[in-house]
Amino acid sequence: MLLALLQRLGQMVFVMFGISMLVFLIFFATPGADPAARIAGRNATPEVLEAVRKSFGFDQPFYVQYLTMMKKIFITGDLTSFVNRGWKVVPAVMDTVPVTLSLVMGAAVLWVVFSLIIGIVAAATRGSWIDKTLMVLGLIGISMPVYWLGEMLNLITQSRYHDTWMFSWVPPLGYKNFSDDPKGWFLTLVIPWITLSILYIGLYGRVLRAAIVESLQEDYIRTARAKGLSEARILLRHALRTSLVAFVTLFGLDFGALVGGSALLTEVVFGLQGVGKLTYDALLNLDLPIIMTTVLYASFFVVMANAVVDILYMLIDPRVRTA
Amino acid sequence: MLKVRDLSVSFRTEQGIVRAVDGVSFEVGEGELLGVVGESGSGKTVSLLAVMGLITDPNAIIAGSIQYRGRELVGLKSRAMRVLRGKEIAMIFQDPMTALTPVYTVGWQIAEQVLAHQRISKAAAWQRAIDLLAEVNIPKPEEAAHRYPHQLSGGMRQRVVIAMALSCNPALLVADEPTTALDVTVQAQILDLLHKLRRNHGSAIVFITHDMGVMAEIADRMLVMYAGRVVERGTKEELFRVPMHPYTQALLDSIPPLTGEKPRRLRAIPGTPPILLNRPPGCAFAPRCAQRFEKCSAEPELGNGERAAACFRVTA
Amino acid sequence: MSAVSDTLDATPKSRGPWATALRRLLRDRAAVAALILFLMVVILCLLAPAYAQWTGTDPFKSTLDAVIKLNGQDVPVMEQSTEGLGLGYTPIGPTWQIGNYFLGADNQGRDVMARLLFGGLNSLFIAGMATVVTLFFATLIGLTAGFFGGIIDTLLSRFLDILWAFPVYLLAISLSIVLITQGLDLGLITIESGSLWLPIFIIGVVYVPYVARPVRGQVLALRESEFVLAAVGLGVPSHRILLRDILPNVSTTLIVFVPIMMALNMITESALSFLSIGVQPPDASWGTIIQDGQTLLYTRPVVALAPGIAIVITVLALNVLGDGLRDALDPRSKIRIGRS
Repeated sequence: MLLALLQRLGQMVFVMFGISMLVFLIFFATPGADPAARIAGRNATPEVLEAVRKSFGFDQPFYVQYLTMMKKIFITGDLTSFVNRGWKVVPAVMDTVPVTLSLVMGAAVLWVVFSLIIGIVAAATRGSWIDKTLMVLGLIGISMPVYWLGEMLNLITQSRYHDTWMFSWVPPLGYKNFSDDPKGWFLTLVIPWITLSILYIGLYGRVLRAAIVESLQEDYIRTARAKGLSEARILLRHALRTSLVAFVTLFGLDFGALVGGSALLTEVVFGLQGVGKLTYDALLNLDLPIIMTTVLYASFFVVMANAVVDILYMLIDPRVRTA
Repeated sequence: MLKVRDLSVSFRTEQGIVRAVDGVSFEVGEGELLGVVGESGSGKTVSLLAVMGLITDPNAIIAGSIQYRGRELVGLKSRAMRVLRGKEIAMIFQDPMTALTPVYTVGWQIAEQVLAHQRISKAAAWQRAIDLLAEVNIPKPEEAAHRYPHQLSGGMRQRVVIAMALSCNPALLVADEPTTALDVTVQAQILDLLHKLRRNHGSAIVFITHDMGVMAEIADRMLVMYAGRVVERGTKEELFRVPMHPYTQALLDSIPPLTGEKPRRLRAIPGTPPILLNRPPGCAFAPRCAQRFEKCSAEPELGNGERAAACFRVTA
Repeated sequence: MSAVSDTLDATPKSRGPWATALRRLLRDRAAVAALILFLMVVILCLLAPAYAQWTGTDPFKSTLDAVIKLNGQDVPVMEQSTEGLGLGYTPIGPTWQIGNYFLGADNQGRDVMARLLFGGLNSLFIAGMATVVTLFFATLIGLTAGFFGGIIDTLLSRFLDILWAFPVYLLAISLSIVLITQGLDLGLITIESGSLWLPIFIIGVVYVPYVARPVRGQVLALRESEFVLAAVGLGVPSHRILLRDILPNVSTTLIVFVPIMMALNMITESALSFLSIGVQPPDASWGTIIQDGQTLLYTRPVVALAPGIAIVITVLALNVLGDGLRDALDPRSKIRIGRS
């Protein structure tokens, strides 16, 4: 058990190292261009270029450059933007985290609740028209580009039907701090939550239904029937309970990935200044230091989240726990 | 107590209809142990699953009559069947490794069945689970009740499954090859246990196996099945002493003798059981039978007596 | 239900596995409808050049001062805005006349319908090629890791872990920001900036772990199967075992992945293009048209609406097809669609 834990943590550190190397290679060693010019941004003066070269150690060997980059991002945190001269990058990234968390957590609540309902109802009525309808709706949810869905909801709630009783409560785009204005925070986030969660409701609903239907084929379900349990109990206590392992693992991974930047498209469409939107703005300004930082922090977060999920899984699942 | 008449179970498949069980009839008396033997695919498990109402495949068609203490079970509402199942008719399955839900403790799973059929408190149900574990000779039952299935050996798990089946003192117990998946020594222990439990509880048992050796130890009366039909029936002594059907004979020849010099080679039955799809006319065993003759191209009938065999060598 | 499956397994397999799968697929009405729908989308998009030629518009050149005939009257493509502060022009809305700005014009006075068809061509091409790239690398890595095991497997698996841990869009942004502006020069291969091969390469690489992992798992299982052990024991050379015994078994998984990956790639491509790091203007894809439509969202919503609907229809068709293929080829498979 302890060994497995250490092994998992060791693997985590290795993957983090690999990621940082990969990021370093992408930004500093892609053949074909001068990394200093990229970092300095468009129309940089020769003096700025020189400053960039010096501060990142481009005249030194690769390993020094790598260490310099890592130090600037994780230890001293004094990486600055050259496009927005002197702007400290790490604090700027940290400022955006609460926005992303607000968005993702609300959406997660929606998608867990609704996908559980859909998965269970579809599995219970498998083969019927209810099941088929739910699965088709889920498939449509999966097939919609999230940013497009967001735009369409904006079109409806901000413009076309904004003046009707249905959507007059929708505030203009943007984010309000929870501490300043809890009601405003909630109202501005409702539509983004719905937008972000629809894909996952469809996905998780389908995954859960498939997992339940699969467990219903297991021998222990036959035992449960032979015991004389009701179908509802067999479905909820035996089939669903064993299917939840897959559901929870998937949830951990997706939640991590969303906080780590995959909510970017939703943030862009709704003008929410989260991690993703910050990265997107940096992309438009060609502000590489910001992108480097968000990519590294976000992927490290995802790796750690995955490790936490695996470790929790070890603690929760009796089969893994004693293995 | 259990009367099965002309039971047929067919499955609709892509290739056509498969008659897994075809016109099977048998009876089980109170407290009796009926042994059902046959190779895999002979329909023995499917017919007993039909008795339990456990065939959930939507492509299955069940016909005939199954009467339990005068009640017709074929076509019985699932709710009414559920009340019987687990309480009056219980079942033990072949593979104890997969028969228990992996995420609950074994005590919980036994108590669950008790609670489903009896109005008692959770604490009482838990105590009953511990008592049952003790009854099936599980050491330290209080601790064992807290264990998850994967923490127990195959033999221990089968004991748990048996404890669960006995939890409501069923009048009829269906045991589907309960020892096949176990080691030989554990097999003997489980058989001993079933003997003891049978004496204590007085349940009637239907014991399914492909192993004539196991039959020799425990059965009162026997049923030999082949290709979805009963080919011979009678008491154990009759069948072992004077097998009437060549198939029964062949099954007996394939048991290793317990004493004396071991033969260099056991006689295996040549060929494989027939495919049940588009079954050809005539005796299904004929292609593998050493004693076949021209009459075998017709369908032999099983007589109505307590002792009968579906073979023209007998009736002729 | 072991007894039941025993009985069923004993039924004869009269046809080969591929023929059986095809027959199953053709009996799946939803899958057949999806396939027809998808082929219709492909054919329509292939007609894009013909459409442009017939209408005489150039969907890649801004034509702000174009004038079209509508019900016998001359109408400018860009209408003077009647509201606001005067300096705005609004492109005309849908005329609903095929070949004559059917869906109206975009910000630069270009025929949206023509761009939609050309954009679809690009979207389909990128999605298809990226699928080829993903499947190629995933098969290579999955086969090697699963078959040789040991240190090779550990290294490749960790490499997949690394790639897998990146949030897809952030990895794509990192690659794009470096590549889109300057292109890629690998000595032998040079990809120019603005080439469609950049998004193809980026999308293709990002999803390699998604396919490589299941392939590796399957190869690992096959590696322990009796027929492969027997072949190894007989001294059959590895490449022969890989090609003759393992690859054919993995190929069903790969085929099931084709429509699923196509669907996922379409969504990803459109998202990257929407973020302006996919297809580069003046070239079009469904994603870039949605982006063009963003500024016109409240005045001419059809510009963003139409390509979105096109994506939904195509991706939905691919997903349904993927479901059908999976059920037909490999009913017990655990591949799921729509991860992103």
